[in-house]
Amino acid sequence: MSEMIKVGMADLKVCVSPDTITTLGLGSCVGIALRDPVTGIGGLAHIMLPDSKQIKDSSNIPKFADTGIEELVRCVVGAGASRNRLVAKIAGGAQMFAFQNKSNLVRVGERNVEATKQKLKELGIPILAEDTGANYGRTVVFSPETGEFQIRAVGREPYSI
Amino acid sequence: MSKFDLNHVSQQYFDILKELGNIGAGNATTALAQMLGCKVDMKVPQVKLLDFKEVGALMGGEEQIMAGIYLLVEGDITGSIMFLLNEQSAHTLVAKLMGMEAATDEPLNEMELSALKEIGNIITGAYLNSLSMLTNMKIIPSIPDISIDMAGAILSVPAIEFGTLGDKILLIQTQFTDDLTLDGFFILVPDLESYDKILGSLGMN
Repeated sequence: MSEMIKVGMADLKVCVSPDTITTLGLGSCVGIALRDPVTGIGGLAHIMLPDSKQIKDSSNIPKFADTGIEELVRCVVGAGASRNRLVAKIAGGAQMFAFQNKSNLVRVGERNVEATKQKLKELGIPILAEDTGANYGRTVVFSPETGEFQIRAVGREPYSI
Repeated sequence: MSKFDLNHVSQQYFDILKELGNIGAGNATTALAQMLGCKVDMKVPQVKLLDFKEVGALMGGEEQIMAGIYLLVEGDITGSIMFLLNEQSAHTLVAKLMGMEAATDEPLNEMELSALKEIGNIITGAYLNSLSMLTNMKIIPSIPDISIDMAGAILSVPAIEFGTLGDKILLIQTQFTDDLTLDGFFILVPDLESYDKILGSLGMN
C-alpha cells in the first residue's frame, strides 16, 4: 500500500517510492520536489521566504529557500538517493494580491522563485519543470517513482508537469 | 532593538492583544449591522497564536475555499490587515447586502466581488478605527484587494509577513450570528516596531 505524505508550511519531508508526497494550498510560498529517478527516493519542501540571512531569527531551517533546499538535499541523500542524479520540479510563488507590503516584502512570491532557482543552480540540480507565478494558489502532489508533479488549483482542471 | 518577540509573548501582552481584538471585532459587528440593516450579534472572539501548520486546520483545511480581503496599513504604525470569510459566508453576506437569493453553486461575479471587497473595507475600517482610538495613533488603510482561493494560499500572505518575525501567526476568530451565521477571521500584522508602538501607547513599556 502506498501512502501520501503531507508537508506543511515551512516544512520538508522525504518520500520513498511508491509513496507520494503533497503540500496543500501553496500561495506565495514555493514547493520544491527532488527525486533520484533510479532509486525512486525523493522529497518535498515548502519554503516561505527567500533568504535566511536577511532574517534575525533564522533557526527554522525549512522556512527559507537557501537553508530549506540544502536541508532537503541532505535528507534525501541521507535516505539513499544519489546526490549526482537529483532532479527538481518547482511550483508556487504566486502573487495572491495585486499589492504586497511595500516596505520589505515586495514581490515575495517572485523572490521565492528566484532564490529557489539560484540555490538549485548553485547545487547543480537541474530543474526539469516549473509552474510558478500568476495569482492563484496551488496544491501539489509529487510521485518520486514516476517524477509526476501534479498541480491542482481552484477552478482549473488538475494538470501535471 | 525591538522588545517584542512573537515567539515568546507574555500573558500580559497576549491579554492586551486579545482585548484590542475584542473591541475591534465589536466595532466591526456594529458596522456590519448598519450596512446590512439588520441585527447582528457577535460571539466572544477567540484570539489565537498558532503555528503556521495549525492555521489551515482551523479554517477547515488548507484547501477550504475562502474569500480574503487584504489591506495595507500606514501612518503611525505600518503593516497589513486581512479579513477572511469562508466561501459560503461570503455568498450569504453578498446576497444579503444586495437583497438577492444566495447562489452558492456559482463563482461570485464581478459586481458581487466588488460588493464583498467593500464589505471587507468597512469591516476592517471599523476594526482599525477602534485600534486608532484606543492607541491614539494615526492608522491609514490602503484600498483593499480580494482573493477567492484556497485558505493555505491566501494565508501564505500574512504568514510570510509573520514569518519574518517568528514562527507563529496571531489571529482573531469572530463568529457573527443572528439572521445569518458567519465565520470571520481577522489577521492584523503590524511590523515589529509597530508592536512596540501599540503596546507602548497603552502604557506597556
